[in-house]
Amino acid sequence: MLNALLVMAGVAIVLGAILGYSAIKFRVEGNPLVDKIDAVLPQTQCGQCGFPGCKPYATAIAAGEAEINKCPPGGEEGIQKLAELLGVDPVPFGVETRPRDKSVAYIDESTCIGCTLCIQACPVDAIVGAAKQMHTIIAAECTGCELCVAPCPVDCIEMQLITEKISNWKWRYPVYSMDMVQ
Amino acid sequence: MSVNFSPFISKPDTVARIMLKVLIALLPGIAIYVWYFGPAILVSIFLASITALITEALMLKLRSRPITQYLKDNSALLTGWLLALSIPPLAPWWLVVAGTAFSISVAKHLYGGLGNNLFNPAMVGFAVLIVSFPVQMTHWLTPQGLDQINLDFMAQMEYMFFGVLPHNVTLDAITMATPLDTLKTHLHLDKHVKEILNMPIYGSLAGRGSEMVSLGFLIGGLYLLVNRIINWHIPIAYLCTLFITAGIFHLADPDHYVTPLFHWFSGAAIIGAFFILTDPVSSPTTVKGRIIFAMMAGVITYLIRVFGSFPDGTAFATLLMNICVPLIVLYTQPKVFGKKIKANKKGA
Amino acid sequence: MRTLYKFHGGIRPQSNKSQSTQNGIVRTTLPSHLVIPFQQHAGEAAKPIVQVGEYVLKGQLIGIPEGFISSAIHAPTSGIIAALEAQIIAHPSGLTDLCATLLPDGKDEWITHEKTEYLSNTPEQLRQKLRMAGVVGQGGATFPSDVKLKLGMHKVKTLILNGAECEPYITCDDMLMRERASEIVRGAEILCFILAAEEVIIAIEDNKPEAITAMRTAVSGSSKVFEVVEIPTIYPGGGVKQLIKVLTDLEVPSGKLPAEIGVQCFNVATAHSAWRAIAYGEPLLSRIVTVTGNVRRPQNFEALIGTPINELVAHAEELPGANGYIMGGPMMGMRLPSKSVPLVKASNCIIVSSEKLFPPALPALPCIRCTRCSEVCPVNLQPQDLYWFAKAKEFGKAQTFSLFDCIECGACSYVCPSHIPLVQYYRFAKSEIRVRTQEKHSADRARERHEFREYRIEREKQEKAEKLAAKEKAALAAKELEAKSTESVQHEAELHKE
Repeated sequence: MLNALLVMAGVAIVLGAILGYSAIKFRVEGNPLVDKIDAVLPQTQCGQCGFPGCKPYATAIAAGEAEINKCPPGGEEGIQKLAELLGVDPVPFGVETRPRDKSVAYIDESTCIGCTLCIQACPVDAIVGAAKQMHTIIAAECTGCELCVAPCPVDCIEMQLITEKISNWKWRYPVYSMDMVQ
Repeated sequence: MSVNFSPFISKPDTVARIMLKVLIALLPGIAIYVWYFGPAILVSIFLASITALITEALMLKLRSRPITQYLKDNSALLTGWLLALSIPPLAPWWLVVAGTAFSISVAKHLYGGLGNNLFNPAMVGFAVLIVSFPVQMTHWLTPQGLDQINLDFMAQMEYMFFGVLPHNVTLDAITMATPLDTLKTHLHLDKHVKEILNMPIYGSLAGRGSEMVSLGFLIGGLYLLVNRIINWHIPIAYLCTLFITAGIFHLADPDHYVTPLFHWFSGAAIIGAFFILTDPVSSPTTVKGRIIFAMMAGVITYLIRVFGSFPDGTAFATLLMNICVPLIVLYTQPKVFGKKIKANKKGA
Repeated sequence: MRTLYKFHGGIRPQSNKSQSTQNGIVRTTLPSHLVIPFQQHAGEAAKPIVQVGEYVLKGQLIGIPEGFISSAIHAPTSGIIAALEAQIIAHPSGLTDLCATLLPDGKDEWITHEKTEYLSNTPEQLRQKLRMAGVVGQGGATFPSDVKLKLGMHKVKTLILNGAECEPYITCDDMLMRERASEIVRGAEILCFILAAEEVIIAIEDNKPEAITAMRTAVSGSSKVFEVVEIPTIYPGGGVKQLIKVLTDLEVPSGKLPAEIGVQCFNVATAHSAWRAIAYGEPLLSRIVTVTGNVRRPQNFEALIGTPINELVAHAEELPGANGYIMGGPMMGMRLPSKSVPLVKASNCIIVSSEKLFPPALPALPCIRCTRCSEVCPVNLQPQDLYWFAKAKEFGKAQTFSLFDCIECGACSYVCPSHIPLVQYYRFAKSEIRVRTQEKHSADRARERHEFREYRIEREKQEKAEKLAAKEKAALAAKELEAKSTESVQHEAELHKE
């Protein structure tokens, strides 16, 4: 009886020691959680989540201070990815934060007065211009965050929906499986 | 095939046709079975078929799937037939029904239905039955022409459905263990192979009657191969490995280990090689994978037959190898055209 | 005799080619109007250089190439440009694209064009001529031929002319080879000259004996090293990577171009167009199209680019029961969104479909992992696994299983006993992956710009703070100096007092 106990204890100690040693010796330095979350977020920097940018939102999620359903530009898929990353259940969008279709800002050059207020507002520096010079949106860099619309004193910025053209058309999910019949 | 997107043409083959051809391939074996053991097996098969279809319809209804489309694909029928052929024909009716119902509902539909089952449903049913009802599962019919009392068909039916035997007849008098089972029992009694094989239940190659049934299934298997319903990799690999393993032991000690041919033609080796292991859903999808799968199944079958406590190892070998299939497939991916490494590795 | 090799898989569907090879190529009459899209080739669309209302001559340049990978667009006949607007084109989406509508004036008057002797030009000059003549690959991919002929880092040793035409129903290349073999060979001479290739192989499937004979006769009159090779009829043997494997046993590495292993491949029709462009100065204005299927007179037509398809089909007389048009073959073609879309440089075949020819789809059953699909895949992929992942939207796994090596030939869907539209799933998955990769790119760029902006603002603040600190320091130093100087003045004054 005693022998059995000693043997079991010995085996447990040896295995425990191996595991502990491996945990320290072979530790893999991974990305901190905040960076991992930030990699998933769409980088629109729009502030719709209530935080001033994607990195602050990621920090808040990592600290457990924010829900994962606050980011409309990320869409349903963004929530799924965050849920998977954090090992929690996905939460559907609330009433206030519904995802909208992607759009790009457009400045009406005939109305622009060159006040630079929109340039200061844009979180990704997608507006080119200077004081008393014409401002214009670099469409390729615009994330559609809409932060430039409000500051404009002459309301010359409008959001144009990105329409489907042949260049950005994509195939639809096939729905021929019999499982979809009923 | 969709009428709105390419390709607009397709081969006129369907799942129902493939399953039907497999059912047809079973017919020679069944015919020889009836010749040697009487028509009781047909009743089992009939019972199994009805249960399979009803259970499938019920499960489809529960899972809200279209019933007629799935019932027409004959896959439930095939499971029923294979299970019925693995069960003693004189088994009580509720044994066949329970086994088939379990196979279809649990082993097939609870895993996701057609195409999603991890294990071969017929073998799961068999495993459950043999573990739960060992007595009923080991009383097999004697072949006609042996020196035992043979019940006529009506009396057999009475027993199957009502559990009633005629006067003065005990179950042991009309049934026997399988040839493999008998071999194992007598080997444990320290008899030698040569003496055992002289017993009247053994024919020229293996068990009398059942060796011819195996031959019937072999003909069916060859029909499947010729019609390219199954690939040759699994049957050939399985049978060769079984032969070689049995051959090694037989050559080492002929007194205690039977010939490889005996192993081929007894038990479920042939029907396993051509009909059970080749179930496309639960076997590997790569060529190398299939060969490894079949080879290991062959070794396990032999080990269970000789060293295990069950008379035949085919069913358990199948189930054990079914578990290994995803791992086997992961490591046996073929090389992709234009790449130096396998289909599922990163890089060029 | 050249040794031929095999590629994995392949299928042998019914060829259905004899219906359209009974008659020769027929030149169609001028249609009522022509709709000419500005994007008929891979790469960037051509830029329109004509105005609405302008009168153009046949062969006149109406769209100039933009960017490195681009080609020119010309007026297929003389007439007035009636409109420059978005119209429905032959694309599975049914969306529109910029097109020029041309109303023919019936005169079919050519613009001045000159004949050239190709040997009196440098390869670079010939490439420019082909670019401005709008010569693109006419096998279906419409890649600008001048770009393919650009001499890069890799020396092209073998030039292959693809006369395989492996898809059922299509016979345009077959008829072109039968009737204009010598012009194809002269075109191949030009391509060979530009590439400085050492050998030319013309591959033709063995179900086209007349074409083989015609090409062999034409080749015997040539000065270069030409070889007409008969290859076994198996679909998709005409796919460029599969064809190269059959002829040379070389596998084009995944993600790389044939030129990188010293091989370049052109369709026979492209070679023919190249010849017309260089020797006669004729830009690509028309092409041979097979019209077959549910028609009374299936045959090949030489039709102008921009012909509305319904007017073309009218020449073959559509039979009752027709339920739509398919552009291309039955394996890789697409259903046209409208019957009046224009003919483009890629249109090799129009099949008029009917319920009898192409029966409606059977409902798809679940995949039973029978692996008939992986047995026929010419790229040796695992279509059943790709389907599993595409269906579950596991795009990472699909990519690991080499989804982008799929050539979408359709052999897998053809053999599937569950009748699953496998290629649809792959197209969907590829689409989604491309869009996601782009989005990730944009997101990464946005993050970079945002971080730089934060850094810039910080930097500005710091600079301001430093300036302020420096100012204050200077002010303080000035005060101290003043204080010291007043102190010293006072001190001196005190001293003086004493």
